[in-house]
Amino acid sequence: MSTVESHASHEHHFAHHFKSADHEFLTSKQGIWLFMVTEILMFGGLFVAYFIFHHIYPGMFAEGAKSLDWRMGFGNTLVLIFSSFTMALGIHQIQKGHNKKAVLSLALTILCGAIFMVVKYFEYTHKFHLGLYPGKYLDVAKVGAEHANLGMYFGFYYLMSGMHGLHVLIGMALIAWVLFRTMRGDFHSHYYTPVEGVGIFWHIIDLIWIFLFPLLYLVG
Amino acid sequence: MAATTHHHNPDVNYINEFKGIGSWLTSLDHKRIGLMYMISVLTFFLFGGIAALGIRLELFSPGQTVMTADQYNQFMTYHGAIMVFMVIVPGIPAILGNFFLPIHVGAKDVAFPRLNLLSWYVFMVGALMGIATLFMHKVDTGWTFYTPYSIKTSGAATMMVVAAFIMGMSSILTGLNFIATVHKLRCPGMTMYRMPLFVWAIYSTAILQLLATPVLGITLLLLAAERILGVGIFDPALGGDPVLFQHFFWFYSHPAVYIMILPAMGVVSELIAAFSRKTIFGYTAIAYSSLGIAAVSFFVWGHHMYVSGQSETAGIVFSFLTMLVGVPTAIKMFNWLATLYRGSISFQSPMLFALGFLFLFMIGGVTGIMLATLAVDVHFHDTYFVVAHFHYVMVGGTLMALMGGFYYWFPKMFGKMYNEGLARVTFVFIFIGFNVTFFPQFILGAMGMPRRYFDYIPAYESLNKISTVGSWLIGIGFLISLYVIIDGLLRGKKAPANPWGAKTLEWQVPSPPPHTNFHHDPVVTAGPYEYR
Amino acid sequence: MMWMNVARAQSLMPTRGTEVASQVSNLYSFLLIVSFIASAILIGGMIFFAWKYKRKTDNDKTPYISHSTALEFLWSFIPLVIFLGVFVWGWYVYHQMRDMPKDALEIHVVGKQWAWETQYKSGVKASNLVVAPIDTDVKLIMSSNDVIHSFYVPSFRIKQDVVPGRYTALWFKANKLGEFHIFCTEYCGTQHSGMIGTMKIVSREDYDRWLEEESKVGLLPLAERGAKVFQVKACASCHSVSDAVVKVGPSLWQRFGHEEETSSGEKVMFDENYIRESVLNPNAKIVKGFPSNVMPSFQGQLSEVEMAALIEYLKGLK
Repeated sequence: MSTVESHASHEHHFAHHFKSADHEFLTSKQGIWLFMVTEILMFGGLFVAYFIFHHIYPGMFAEGAKSLDWRMGFGNTLVLIFSSFTMALGIHQIQKGHNKKAVLSLALTILCGAIFMVVKYFEYTHKFHLGLYPGKYLDVAKVGAEHANLGMYFGFYYLMSGMHGLHVLIGMALIAWVLFRTMRGDFHSHYYTPVEGVGIFWHIIDLIWIFLFPLLYLVG
Repeated sequence: MAATTHHHNPDVNYINEFKGIGSWLTSLDHKRIGLMYMISVLTFFLFGGIAALGIRLELFSPGQTVMTADQYNQFMTYHGAIMVFMVIVPGIPAILGNFFLPIHVGAKDVAFPRLNLLSWYVFMVGALMGIATLFMHKVDTGWTFYTPYSIKTSGAATMMVVAAFIMGMSSILTGLNFIATVHKLRCPGMTMYRMPLFVWAIYSTAILQLLATPVLGITLLLLAAERILGVGIFDPALGGDPVLFQHFFWFYSHPAVYIMILPAMGVVSELIAAFSRKTIFGYTAIAYSSLGIAAVSFFVWGHHMYVSGQSETAGIVFSFLTMLVGVPTAIKMFNWLATLYRGSISFQSPMLFALGFLFLFMIGGVTGIMLATLAVDVHFHDTYFVVAHFHYVMVGGTLMALMGGFYYWFPKMFGKMYNEGLARVTFVFIFIGFNVTFFPQFILGAMGMPRRYFDYIPAYESLNKISTVGSWLIGIGFLISLYVIIDGLLRGKKAPANPWGAKTLEWQVPSPPPHTNFHHDPVVTAGPYEYR
Repeated sequence: MMWMNVARAQSLMPTRGTEVASQVSNLYSFLLIVSFIASAILIGGMIFFAWKYKRKTDNDKTPYISHSTALEFLWSFIPLVIFLGVFVWGWYVYHQMRDMPKDALEIHVVGKQWAWETQYKSGVKASNLVVAPIDTDVKLIMSSNDVIHSFYVPSFRIKQDVVPGRYTALWFKANKLGEFHIFCTEYCGTQHSGMIGTMKIVSREDYDRWLEEESKVGLLPLAERGAKVFQVKACASCHSVSDAVVKVGPSLWQRFGHEEETSSGEKVMFDENYIRESVLNPNAKIVKGFPSNVMPSFQGQLSEVEMAALIEYLKGLK
C-alpha cells in the first residue's frame, strides 16, 4: 500500500489508486490547497472578531498597539518574507535536481523560522515582565492602563500571534522533515510532492503574518 | 499492482484478506475505515439514545421524578452534543460515504487514504475527550454553548469545547478527502453527470464541512480562551458581546444542519431509484439543488436569532434567504415523487425507510417554513415546536435515511443478507414511535412550552406522557435493529453481488468487494440509473 | 374564511391576549392550511403511486423519463411564490411587533437566575409579576443581571431575549383581562424551567389601586416588609420557607437560632450576622452538602432597613 521509491530509475512509484505519478501529484496539491482554505477561514474568523472589537474600542486597541515595538514586528516580517523566498528557491532547486543546494535553502528557511520565534519569545517575555497579560490576568491598575478592558487587546494579541506562532513551529517541523528526506535522497526532479505541499503551507503562514503585523502593531 | 493481477480468488475480499485487529487499526482501506466509523458511531448513538430516554422519562410527569434539575440539564446537554457531533454529523458521510463514495466514482480508494485513517483517529480522540467529561464535572451548557452561561458554569465545558473542536478537524479532513476524490479519482467515462446522486450529496456536504467547520473551530477556541483567560470577547461584564457568539456559532451550525441532512437526501435518491427500478427524475435538478442548498446555507444563520436583539432589517434579510432554501428542497421532494410515477415499486425494508423519510421530511420541511416566517417564529422560537421540527428533520430525515441506507448496503458491506421480515418490523416501530414521540411536541410548542424545560405546567402533562411512550417504541425499534444486524452477521445467507437489481457501480462488484474494489479497472459508458 | 376559522380552532395556540396575537394566529392558520394541502399532494401522491405502481413481476419494465423542464419549473416556481408571500406576511406582522409605540407605559424588567424583577416608574417593585392595564400600550425595557434569558408570553405571542450588558425591549397592548404565563425561553441553568412569572392584565382603576397599595410597603411592620423583600428578590426560587424541603439551597424554615454545619466542618450559629454574611457574601460559609458559587451576592442591592426586615422575617419562620 505504501509508496515505494526506486532511486535507480528515478521513477516515482505512486500509490495504487492513482493512474500516474503526475495524477498523484496534482491530487495531493489540490488536497493541500483545500486545507489552506480551511486555515485561511479559521484565521478569518479571528480577523472578523478583531475588526468588530476594534470598531467598538478603537482607543483601547490603539493603546495596546502602542505598547508593542513595531520595529520587532517589522523585522520579523522581513525575516518571514525572506524565508518564503528561500522556501521557493528550495523547491525550484529540487525540481532542477540540485538537491545539495536545496538542502541549504531549506535549512535557511528553518533558520528564518527560528529567528522569528526567538524574536517572538523576547517580545512575549518583555510583555510578561511589564504585566501585559491577556484578559483578566492584566492588572489595569498595576500597568497604569487608560482603558479598563485593555486585557481584551492582549487577549487578541496573544491568541492571534500565538496561533500564528504555533503554525510557524509546525511549519518548521515539516520543513525539517522534508529536509531530512531530501538529504536521504527521496526527492528528485520527478517527485517532490511533500516539498511543494510544505512550501504552500509555509507561504500561507507568511501571508497570514503580513495581515497580522499591521493589525497588531500599527493600528491606532 | 492490482491492474497486473488478473487471476483473483473470488473468496478473498476486503474483510478476510488481512487478519487481526492490528490490520484494522492500521488499515488504509476506505471500506474498513467506514466500518470502524460505523462501530464508533453506533456506540455513541447508544450513549445519546440512553440520554434521550432519560430526558423523556423525567418529563413523563411534571416536577422532579427520576432526576434533579441539574442532572436533567446534563442529560439534555450530552444528548445534544453526542447526537450532533458524534452521530449525525459523521453518520452518513463517514460511514456510508467512506465505504461507497470511492466505489461509486470507480476509484480504488479515497484520494488520501492515510489522511482518511488519521481523521478516524482524530475523531476518536475528540469523541473520547467528550465522553471523558462524563467522569469529571459534567457539562450543563446545552450543545449550543451559549455565552455567557457557558463562561460562568462550573462544568468541564472547556474540555467539551476542545473535544468538539477536535471532532471538527476530523470532519474537515473527511470533507477535504471526498472533494479531492470526486475531482481527481473518477474512473474513465465517469463524468460529473454520471455520478450517483449520493456522490453529489456527499460532495456538497464536503464543501460545507470544509468551509464552515473552521469558523466553528475558531469560535470554540475563543470560547475556551474566554473561560481560561477571561479575554472578554463574549463576556458583557468585560465589555464583550454575548450575542456575537451566537452569530459565530450559527455561521457554522446552520450549514452544519445541511451537513446533517444533505447526505440523507443522497441516500434517499439512491433508494428510490433502486426500488422503483426507474431512472431518477430530474437528475440535474437534484444534483444542483444540493449545491444550491449548500451555497445559500451560509447566509441564513440569523434565522436562529430573530428574538436575540438583532436588528429588524437583519431579521427580514435572513427570513427572505431562508425562504429561498425552501425552493431546492421542494424540487427534491417533487422529483422523488415523480420518480415513483410508473415505477416498479417494491417495499423491501430500505424502501420503507425511504418512503418514511419522504413522509417525515415533508412535515419537517413545512414546519421549517413556518419557523422561517418572522412573526410566527417569534412565538415558536425556543419552544417544543422547534424541538419537534429539528427532530423531524434530523431523526425523521437523517436517521431514517441512515437506517434505510444501512439495510440497503448491508449485503454489500458484509456479504450477508439480514432477516427482511424483522427489518420491516423495526421500520414499523421506529416510524410509529417517532411520530408518537414528536408530533405531540409540535402541539406543545404551539401551546407555548419552552424547550430545555425540566419541569412544566400541568396543562402540558398529557402530551408529554404520549411523547414519552413514543420514545419507548423508538427504543424497542432500535433494539430490534441491533438484533437484525447481529443475526444477519452471524447467520445471514450469503448475499449475491446485486440483490436489489440496482445499477450503480458498487452492485457490479462482488459482495463484499475485494480490497481494491474492482477486479478490473472500470470504464463507465452510461449514467447511474439506466433502468431500461 | 371558514377554513381559516377551522384551522385557527385546531391550531391549539393559547388564548389570544393582544391584537398582534390574533394576527400571528391568522398567519399560522394560513400556514397550516397550505402545509396540509402541500402534504396531501406529496404524501398522498406518494401513497397513491406506491399502491398503483407496486412491483408485479421481477421483470417489470419502467419507462425512461429523465426530466421535464416545464414540470420542474412549475414546482420550483409555485413554492417560491408561496414562500415569498408568506415571507412578506410574516414581515408585516413582525414589523408591528418591533415598532415601539411612542408614549407607552414603561416598565423595567430585569432577568436574573432565576426570577423576573419588575420595577415601575413610581419605585414599586415586584417579582415574577408584571401588572399592566388593559387597552394601553405597554413597553418593557429589559436587561439581565447574569446570563441571557428570554421573556416570553405565549398568550401575547411575544418573545425577546434579555441580554446582560444591554437593553432590549418589547411592547404589547392587551385586550383581555386576566392572568397569563411568563416563561423564560433561553436556557439559563438549574431553575430555567422555574422562571415562571405572571402577566396580570387589569383595568386602569385596578392598576392605579395596585400601584398605590404597593407603594405603601414602607409603612408595613418589619417582618411583613421582610417577606416582601424575600419575594421581590425571588429568594423563594431556591429556599423554601414553609417546610424543610430542600430546593437549590437549604430550607430556611425554623433555622433561626439553630446551629448549621458548614462544608469545612465547623459549626456556625444561624443568627443575624450569619444571615447578613450569607446574603452579602454567600460563599463564605456554605451549609454542608450544598455547592458553592451558586447563590449570587446581594452586595449593594439591599438597604440596611431591608436587611433588618429580612432578618426579622426569617426569625419568624416557625
